[in-house]
Amino acid sequence: MSQSVLTTRIREAAARGKKALIPFLPGGFPDKERFFTELDMLDAGGADIIEIGVPFSDPVADGPTVEQASLDCLINGTCLSWILYELAKRKGRYRAALVLMGYYNPFLQYGLDKLGEDMSDAGVSGCIVPDLPLEESGPLRQALVAHGVDVICLVGLNTPIERMKAYAKTARGFVYFVSVLGTTGVRESLPEKIKSRLADVRKVFDLPVALGFGIKTPQQLAQFGDLIDAAVFGSALIDHIRAGGDSASFMARWA
Amino acid sequence: MKKSYFGEFGGQFVPELLMPPLLEIEEAMEKIIPTKAFQAELAALLADYVGRPSPLYLCPNLSKRLGVNLWLKREDLNHTGAHKINNTMGQGLLTKYMGKSVLLAETGAGQHGVATATAAAMLGLQCTVYMGAEDVRRQSHNVRRMHLLGAQVVPVQSGTKTLKDAINAALRVWIADQETTHYCFGTAAGPHPFPTLVRLFQSVISREAKAQFQEKIGKLPDYVVACVGGGSNAIGMFHEFVPHPGVKLIGVEAAGTGQPGCYHSAPLSLGRPGVLHGAVSMLLQTEDGQIMPSHSIAPGLDYPGVGPEHAHLQKTGRARYDTVNDTGALRAFSALCREEGIIPALESCHAVAWVLEHAHELPPGCHVAVCLSGRGDKDLGIIEEYLEKGGTL
Repeated sequence: MSQSVLTTRIREAAARGKKALIPFLPGGFPDKERFFTELDMLDAGGADIIEIGVPFSDPVADGPTVEQASLDCLINGTCLSWILYELAKRKGRYRAALVLMGYYNPFLQYGLDKLGEDMSDAGVSGCIVPDLPLEESGPLRQALVAHGVDVICLVGLNTPIERMKAYAKTARGFVYFVSVLGTTGVRESLPEKIKSRLADVRKVFDLPVALGFGIKTPQQLAQFGDLIDAAVFGSALIDHIRAGGDSASFMARWA
Repeated sequence: MKKSYFGEFGGQFVPELLMPPLLEIEEAMEKIIPTKAFQAELAALLADYVGRPSPLYLCPNLSKRLGVNLWLKREDLNHTGAHKINNTMGQGLLTKYMGKSVLLAETGAGQHGVATATAAAMLGLQCTVYMGAEDVRRQSHNVRRMHLLGAQVVPVQSGTKTLKDAINAALRVWIADQETTHYCFGTAAGPHPFPTLVRLFQSVISREAKAQFQEKIGKLPDYVVACVGGGSNAIGMFHEFVPHPGVKLIGVEAAGTGQPGCYHSAPLSLGRPGVLHGAVSMLLQTEDGQIMPSHSIAPGLDYPGVGPEHAHLQKTGRARYDTVNDTGALRAFSALCREEGIIPALESCHAVAWVLEHAHELPPGCHVAVCLSGRGDKDLGIIEEYLEKGGTL
């Protein structure tokens, strides 16, 4: 199988001597129209991969910032079909690769049989489903793999090596390392234990590693050196936009 | 079939970060629960603290009026007034054996919160209960009881501010506190192994009922009826009867006001399969998979999901699920109060109402066992409000 676009984007950033940047923006945030303006700014501002949130009424892995944004987007009428429809119209527009981040039920109700084709038609290269551990991920992976869409695996501080090895057998794209035992949302400091666990991830996986959850500033990343290849930031971007900023000024800090 | 599934329902749809604590509980279920020490300690607690076995009572007056033998399994007579304590004593004791010090729980109406706070106080554990802010307001009596028992009650302000949001909040906290904390899930739903764990502790209801029927009438009942919210009293009441096809199992969901367009709490009767709170089961949801609000006059039935084993029992035809609306439940409330001198929980009234509404279709003289899952003191506010608005009993 050819190399995943997601792997390629992260490796390209590394070749430029940079950590790949993966901003997260909930689909339809801050409103349905401006969302696409923000997406353009993220793309122009140096994002290597853009994570687009598919809103869900009951986001158990998210802290208050992402949850509120997600609920606001639901009220705005954002749904998976709208996101895919609008992205399909813009296919080829973005330099950054696109992934969808969302809980399993909206994907399941959309219909796994047509999801792969529609994601591929929308120019989406992968999806991150935070409530789909290894044991339950088979049907989604099988539905998407034929269309070249990756299901990104998430591992964390408490994932035993044996489970990492089991994930590694089918993992594609990149590995998402969850930096805290907790939900999304910025933290002033990150746990000490991250480094030793990232070293485990390096040993087990032959894929680039992205660090996510809790990341607030580029300075927080310096301490991880070569242990990570990419960083995901969501709540910090949402807070910045809520405070009156835009994605261009946000990305300027990170580029 | 994967052991985390009941047919096509169940599973473990949780963040990877919750897999280690779920696997830890699964291991504890295999290694701790079957031991003689655990079984003896739990049996003693159920007998002397909870007050088991609960009586199986033949309602003389309603039986006469209805023409069928109406038996009540009196879970309302348990310590704290409902079946919830069967589960919290079991999980609380397991928590101690696992070496953890905190019980975390969600609660809707507050019954599971009170039962968890009770178990925690008795077993020397700390207790934190997450409760939707809307429920904290509606069920302040139970909040006060939890405070008296030494529990911390955290109001949940997100989403619809009710039970489903309290479960979300508890799951989030559990991710962070898994080392010291056991999540004492309140109903036979959620990710594996909770549906099996809760059933294990609630099936004491049917184990006793089966023996009591043998002793009193020398055979098993013809019908076993229980209300279904998440489904813990129902699965507890059904479990031992499932292998006996002659015993018809009836689960009763809440139809809410029964008006067109009104929210209800009947995912088995009116929902579609989907994933919420860690399991695939029947669910109230929109076309694109968003969870819908639910409603019932009985706060303990007010939940958009249901335990996966009920979805399986329905799919295989082993159990039948019907609905009863708010008015039907109130009629049953009145009947038990006035004709039997029992003030029942509004949840349990749904099961009693099913018998009132279907007695004429049942064979005369048949034996019908209803799980009277709780007592109704907690519902006085709801009843009074109903009467003030011009309702009658």
